[in-house]
Amino acid sequence: MDKNEEKQREEEREQVVSPWEVSSSGKIDYDKLIDKFGCQRLDQSLVDRVQRLTGRPPHVFLRRGVFFAHRDLNDILDAYEKGEKFYLYTGRGPSSEALHLGHLVPFMFTKYLQDAFKVPLVIQLTDDEKCMWKNLSVEESQRLARENAKDIIACGFDVTKTFIFSDFDYVGGAFYKNMVKVAKCVTYNKVVGIFGFTGEDHIGKVSFPPVQAVPSFPSSFPHLFSGKDHLRCLIPCAIDQDPYFRMTRDVAPRIGYHKPALIESSFFPALQGETGKMSASDPNSALYVTDSAKAIKNKINKYAFSGGQESVELHRKLGANLEVDIPVKYLSFFLEDDAELEHIKKEYGAGGMLTGEVKQRLAQVLTELVERHQVARAAVTDEMVDAFMAVRPLPNMFD
Amino acid sequence: MAYSKDQLLARLKDLQIEFSQYEHPAVMTVEAQAKYVGNIGGGLSKNLFLKDKKHRFYIVSALADTKVDMKVLSQRLGLGKGGLRMAPEETMLEILKVPLGSVTPFALVNESARDVALLLDKGFKAQERCFFHPLSNDMSISLNTNDLDKFLKSIGRDPAYVDLEANPAVGKDQPPDLAAFVPSGSTVLPDLPDPASAVQSAGGSHVNANNNCKAATEKAIKPAKDVQNVKDKSAKAVNPSSSFTDAEKFVEEILDRISAKLLSETKEGNIAQQGQELGNEIANRLRKCCYPELKNLATIFKNTAYTQGFHAGKASSLTQCPRT
Repeated sequence: MDKNEEKQREEEREQVVSPWEVSSSGKIDYDKLIDKFGCQRLDQSLVDRVQRLTGRPPHVFLRRGVFFAHRDLNDILDAYEKGEKFYLYTGRGPSSEALHLGHLVPFMFTKYLQDAFKVPLVIQLTDDEKCMWKNLSVEESQRLARENAKDIIACGFDVTKTFIFSDFDYVGGAFYKNMVKVAKCVTYNKVVGIFGFTGEDHIGKVSFPPVQAVPSFPSSFPHLFSGKDHLRCLIPCAIDQDPYFRMTRDVAPRIGYHKPALIESSFFPALQGETGKMSASDPNSALYVTDSAKAIKNKINKYAFSGGQESVELHRKLGANLEVDIPVKYLSFFLEDDAELEHIKKEYGAGGMLTGEVKQRLAQVLTELVERHQVARAAVTDEMVDAFMAVRPLPNMFD
Repeated sequence: MAYSKDQLLARLKDLQIEFSQYEHPAVMTVEAQAKYVGNIGGGLSKNLFLKDKKHRFYIVSALADTKVDMKVLSQRLGLGKGGLRMAPEETMLEILKVPLGSVTPFALVNESARDVALLLDKGFKAQERCFFHPLSNDMSISLNTNDLDKFLKSIGRDPAYVDLEANPAVGKDQPPDLAAFVPSGSTVLPDLPDPASAVQSAGGSHVNANNNCKAATEKAIKPAKDVQNVKDKSAKAVNPSSSFTDAEKFVEEILDRISAKLLSETKEGNIAQQGQELGNEIANRLRKCCYPELKNLATIFKNTAYTQGFHAGKASSLTQCPRT
C-alpha cells in the first residue's frame, strides 16, 4: 500500500470522494479536491476558448462552473483547432431504474459537447460493475442497463454519432485485448492504493478498473475507429470518477496511446443540502425524471434546504444565505438565463425576494425540463435501444 | 373516489352555498327536465361534454335557449373547423364520473376531471337562478351564479363566462378568442377498448413515464405548451408515436408548439409595442424558447427514422444472404 496515500486518506476522513462514496462533514471543498487529485481548474479563458472554437454560446454548466475541472482540455482544443477531431466517452453504472436530475447532468453536458464539436460518442453501461458492487444478478443488471439506456437516449443523443454498449454484451475481442494490456501495467498494490480494496474484496472488483479504462482508447472500438489509433478522447464525468482515469492516464503512454482528457463536474447537491451527492437510494434527496409536476413542486417545497431566514421580517432585513440555499443552487444548474439568475441572487440575497418565490421559479424550470425528458423518453422504443447498441459503423460520426 | 350526489350536496352546504333541490324521475333531456322544474323560476341548462382531436375535454354549460354552434366554438378555441365533437359515453363515466344525461359543471369536483375545461354561458349571469344536475339526473338544483362561482373556486377553478353565441372572425390577424380555455394538461386514459376494465381502473392519474405500457398513453405538458405526444394503440410491441414517424404529423406538432408559444407571447401585454418591432421581438423570443423543445423533437424524429432503417436493413440482409 502506498504509504503516502494511506496517510492522506486517514487525514482527510472528513471528506470522502471516491467512485463509491461521496460524503463530507461540511460542504465539499472542491479546491481541496482539485489539489488532492491533481487536476486543473477550468477557468474563464478556457470557457471563452470553447465558445470561439464552437461558434456557439457555452453550455450553461460551463458558464456557471458546474464543470469546473479538467485534465488536458487545452491539448484537445489545440488539436481541434488544427482540424484533429476527438471522440467523447462517458458512462453510467446502472444501479437503479430511477434516474434523478443529478444523473442527467453529465449526459446533458455530453450532448452539448457532441453537438458543439460535432464528434462521436461512446457510452459505457457498467452493468458488470453494478452486478459486482451492488450484488445484483447478471440478468437484473443487464435489464437495468437497457432501461437506463432509454433515459440516456432521451437526453437527445444523435444515433448516427453515438454507440451505447453494455459491458456484458461488448467485452471481448479488441476491447478485451486492451483490458489485458492495461491490467499488465497496474500492480495489485497500486490498484489497492487507488481504490482502497482490502483482502476481503472479491477478485471481480480488483480486476474491474481496466474495464472502465479502455473505452478511452480508440482501438477498443474497431468497428468505429479502425485505422484511427491516434484519435484523442475526452471524458466528461463527475469528479468522483477521477481515480479511474488517473490510473488510465498513467498507463496510456506505456502502451502507446494518448492520455484521455477529462472535463469534470461538481456534484449535484441533494435536496436537503450540500453535504453529499444526490443518491438514487434516498427518494427524498432527489428529483426523479419520472416525477410529475406536482411531485416536483412538493419535493422542492418540502425538502429543499432553504437559505432563507426564519421569519419574513428577519429575511427582509438580512437576506438569504446563498451559500447553503439549495433552490438557488439548482437554478444555477438549470436556469438558462444568466441575467435572471443574477437578479434572483441579488434580490434573494438582499431579502427582497422570498424563498417561496425562488422555489416556485425552480419548480417551473425543473418541470419544463422533466416534461421534455418524459416526452423524449416515451418515444424511445426497444428497437431504438437496439439500434443505439448495435455494433455498427458510424460513417457520419464527424459530420 | 367518485363524488356522489349526497357528498356534493353536503359539500355545498359546508360551503354555505344556498341552493334549492328538486327531485324528479331521471331525465335525459332538457325538455324532459322542463316538465318537472320548468315553471319554477330560473334558467335551465344544457350541458355538453365535448372532446377535441387531441383528446382534451370540455364541458360547455349553457342556457337551454342559447344556440351553441360546435363549428364556431371549435374555431374560437383554435381547434380548426370540426375539431370538436361529443365525447364518447365511456369517457363521461371515466372522467366526469357521471352517466349519460347527467353532465354538469359540478362533475369537475372529481379529481379525474382535473384537466377538463369549463365554458359557462354568460347568459347564466342574467338569470336569478340556474338549474344543474347535482351529479345525478334524478335531481335538479337551482342556485345563483355567484354561488356556482363560489363552488368552482372552492375546487380551484376560475369561473369564466363566455358569450357562446358570438361568432367572431378567426384568422391570421384575429387569434381564436377562446384559445385560453384549451386545457394545457390532459387526462390520461387507460386502454379503452375494453369498457369493463375502463370503468375499473382509476381514471385521470398521470402515467409514469417509465411505464412500459403497451396501451395508448398520453403525456401532460406544462402551461403555455398545449400539445401532447400521442402513442398509437397497437396490439404488439410499442410502436413509436406517429408524430415521430409521419412527416405531416411531425410538422403539425412543431407548428402547434410554435403557435402555442406565439399565443402566450402575444398575450403578455406586448401590444404596447407596435408593428414591426413587435414582430421582431416575438420572433426572437420564439426562437429562444422554442429552440430546445423543437430540437428535442427533431432529434427524436431522426433517431426514430434511423431505427426503422436500421431494422429494415438488418431484415433485408438476412433475407438476401441466408447463411448455411
